[in-house]
Amino acid sequence: MQQIIYFIEKYKHFLFFLLLAFFAMFLIINNHSFHKSKFVNSANEITGGFYQKTSEISDYLHLKKQNTALTNENINLKNHIEKLRVNLHSTREKSIIISTDTKRKYQYIDAKIIKNEYHKAFNFLTINKGKKDSVTPEMAVINGKGIIGMTDASTNNYARVQSILNKNSKINARLKNSYYFGTLIWNGENYNTVQLIDIPRQVKIKLGDTIVTGGKSTIFPGGILIGKVIKTHLGTTAINSIDIELFNDMSNLGNIYIVKNFQKEEIKSLENKQK
Amino acid sequence: MTRSLYLIFLFFFYLFLQVIILNKILLFGYVNPYLYISFVFFYPLKKNRFLFLFLSFLLGLCIDFFSDTGGIHAFSTLFIAYIRLPLIHFLFKKTPIDYTLFKLELEQVGQIFNFVVTLTLIHHLLLFSFTNFSYQNFDRVLINTIFSSILTLLLFFLVSYIFRKKR
Repeated sequence: MQQIIYFIEKYKHFLFFLLLAFFAMFLIINNHSFHKSKFVNSANEITGGFYQKTSEISDYLHLKKQNTALTNENINLKNHIEKLRVNLHSTREKSIIISTDTKRKYQYIDAKIIKNEYHKAFNFLTINKGKKDSVTPEMAVINGKGIIGMTDASTNNYARVQSILNKNSKINARLKNSYYFGTLIWNGENYNTVQLIDIPRQVKIKLGDTIVTGGKSTIFPGGILIGKVIKTHLGTTAINSIDIELFNDMSNLGNIYIVKNFQKEEIKSLENKQK
Repeated sequence: MTRSLYLIFLFFFYLFLQVIILNKILLFGYVNPYLYISFVFFYPLKKNRFLFLFLSFLLGLCIDFFSDTGGIHAFSTLFIAYIRLPLIHFLFKKTPIDYTLFKLELEQVGQIFNFVVTLTLIHHLLLFSFTNFSYQNFDRVLINTIFSSILTLLLFFLVSYIFRKKR
């Protein structure tokens, strides 16, 4: 017994160090698994509120850029509506009934990024909407130019977003002009390029082809822009990954949309039944 | 009393300096100074190290909260806080009697340089290894460590040169 007390007395600092070190290790490992609830994140009331205040100040410097981005997006959307309107008229003439009263599948919630990062291997953003605005984990985050990431933790007023620039992110993506799909990952090197893997070998891919989301998950709706192909590994190499340049400049993000899927539960329960 | 107030001020000063300004520098897209570790360098030397270890851990954890890194900063800062005393014994040849009179800025420049450089390199190496969290891309870890260490050290010596007390 005396030996033990002597031992503790001699190594008390080391034991205290070990205790804290194990706690830190636990937090590090916990931070790398997607489905665990996280204690250490920037979406809590204190850090979230802090980032809100600092971004309110720094936003003034980027107002002009944000305005042009939003106007551009508005123009795109208006053009889109005009196209749809033309289609709508032509289908009516053919007397095909379109049921417009079917239930809406997606809802868009607007939010603002109050903390952005892109220089690490595992990047997270913080946004200023949370549970109060029905933002929960596993919802898509996009803007006018393309995808940004998905939410992975939320508090009352803030939510944390796992960026696509995170080595844990895996997103279903496909070519815009065909239905071949693959998985979008990031190798952690350049924040402008992501990689598309698992795409079948027979697919003909040209440089400059547009890549969009595949819509085969319950998180991302299909057809959201991602980027364009800048490098392919053709031939007999074992590497089957394609480099994609993002349309979004991930170092310069402001206003974003969160996509809520109303039919997520239904799809999930169906998929679980089949197992 | 004034001394502990000064330490509390130092704690929050380094925390907010890091979070508001230094985390946004990102020279060449990835090089960042981590000046908050000078809290570890300047904390007074005492025989009882529990409070020192805990405060270093807490400072790291607060920075983790702001930068979504789990416990990476907490671990690295805790580690250099723990090895500070053995390093002081080794470099400055101090015995427990000298603890109360020890002041970093009163030591020889060469020894201060060795002390600060060693701790900074260890801290940054741990930090970037955990940020990377895999065995791949180790060259990038080393490059990050070297460049960020240079920036941190430059900033540290510049600031301590500007704010040094005239003797």
